[in-house]
Amino acid sequence: MVTPLPVTRTHSALQLLKHAIGGHRNWPQYWRSPEPKAAYDVVIIGGGGHGLATAYYLASKHGIRNVALLEKGWLGGGNTGRNTTIVRSNYFYPQSTDLYDHSLRLYEGLSHELNINLMLSQMGILTLANSRHDVEMLQRWSNAIQVQGIACEWLEPEQVQAEVPALDVFGMRYPVKGAFMQRRGGTARHDAVAWGYARGASQLGVDIIQNCEVTGFDISDNRVRAVHTSRGTIRTDKVGIAVAGHSTVLAEKAGFTLPLSSMTLQAYVSEPVKPALDRVINSPMVHAYISQSDRGEMVMGAGADAYYSYGQRGNLPTLEDGVRSILEMFPRFSRLKMMRQWGGVVDISPDTSPIIGKTPVTGMYLNCGWGTGGFKAIPAGGDLLAATIANDKPHPLAEPFCLDRFRTGRLVDEGAAAGVSH
Amino acid sequence: MLQIDCPWCGRRDEDEFNCGGQSHIQRPGLDCSDAEWGDYLFARINPKGVSLERWRHTHGCRQWFNLARDTVSHRILAVYGMTDPVPALPEARS
Repeated sequence: MVTPLPVTRTHSALQLLKHAIGGHRNWPQYWRSPEPKAAYDVVIIGGGGHGLATAYYLASKHGIRNVALLEKGWLGGGNTGRNTTIVRSNYFYPQSTDLYDHSLRLYEGLSHELNINLMLSQMGILTLANSRHDVEMLQRWSNAIQVQGIACEWLEPEQVQAEVPALDVFGMRYPVKGAFMQRRGGTARHDAVAWGYARGASQLGVDIIQNCEVTGFDISDNRVRAVHTSRGTIRTDKVGIAVAGHSTVLAEKAGFTLPLSSMTLQAYVSEPVKPALDRVINSPMVHAYISQSDRGEMVMGAGADAYYSYGQRGNLPTLEDGVRSILEMFPRFSRLKMMRQWGGVVDISPDTSPIIGKTPVTGMYLNCGWGTGGFKAIPAGGDLLAATIANDKPHPLAEPFCLDRFRTGRLVDEGAAAGVSH
Repeated sequence: MLQIDCPWCGRRDEDEFNCGGQSHIQRPGLDCSDAEWGDYLFARINPKGVSLERWRHTHGCRQWFNLARDTVSHRILAVYGMTDPVPALPEARS
């Protein structure tokens, strides 16, 4: 049997120096990998960003440390590792702005809190208007954000060109008529978010159990009693579900339905090149977004694929559409070689807003419906789900995002308000 | 890239079509409860496996039809008319 390596506590300059001299071999493991116990106070299903953050905040903020986190594959192997790493809080409705800005504020302090470099780069995100009608929509949108207390500014085409010299502002088929910019928006390192939360949770006593698939639940008197897994049955009173595109599959095992559609969202990167783009650019109308990673790759994405899929792979027509849109905005990138492409299963809700809170089963809590924009919300999703589980009532910021809204009609319809999928 | 057998035009590439979502949804009576109405509007089967869905040949004959398709393998199992009952399906390979 292999002796487990010691678990790293924090990073320090001395450690970095020591391991640099040692050729970066024998870095200690980031988190413990224990065998599952027979019972836990809380079981979190899903080892992506949202699940890991939930486990971490349960332990760090609420003192609930007898927690298991179950992941059927490996940590951060789903959408957490399959996105374009954009963070921002420029939404339309106050409920959304409060939620996403809570997330962005947590991100701003997270490298320090978790003692890991998340490479949060608040380079600024520009949302482009490509027609007169876009200008009206986006000015309304940007005004709404400012009224809600989020700094955001309107840029005229000349200012857009000054911010983004590489962008073909005036030459496009639909020339840029303006843009609004949130300077606090940007990108972060997705893997580091998963690893940082995992290490933080593990240090506080959370058991992270990978390669452990949930196969069913023990529910009696409409209350969850146990979770059946590929590694045995685990007794628990409280279950938090944060499995994105597979939420419907787990809900079915628990006996309730969800208003979700699982689709593929693709992203793709070019070969690395020298710095050419130091803003995140998003055009709702031309419909694509792009940023340059710290490694120099152009990271791109566009709309979701056109039909339901659990396949975790993208289709060529959607990829071609996205790349064509990028080249419309940045003709100079036409000779870049594409390096990788990936697809994640995203859970799109009818109003493109998340679902956080209680389920029809007592003791079962849900964090899903983030659709195409879950990465930016990881700290908030985890924080709110942890608070909801710990207090057995929705966190105030999560109240508008309850499952019940699809019966009362109180939707938070970001899809209709902003006219672009999130 | 899917190739879809339009009942009227024959086999065409997927980008001529639009997926219109889950098929066979019945509107409840006007005396239904809020919960039933909410489920009619929003609850979806979202299956991992065989999905019965409406498609339209938007850039062709513009006709609607039904498709039985596996959401994991993307394999098309059956094409049938809008008012036809669900045909017998081969085993999904998912």
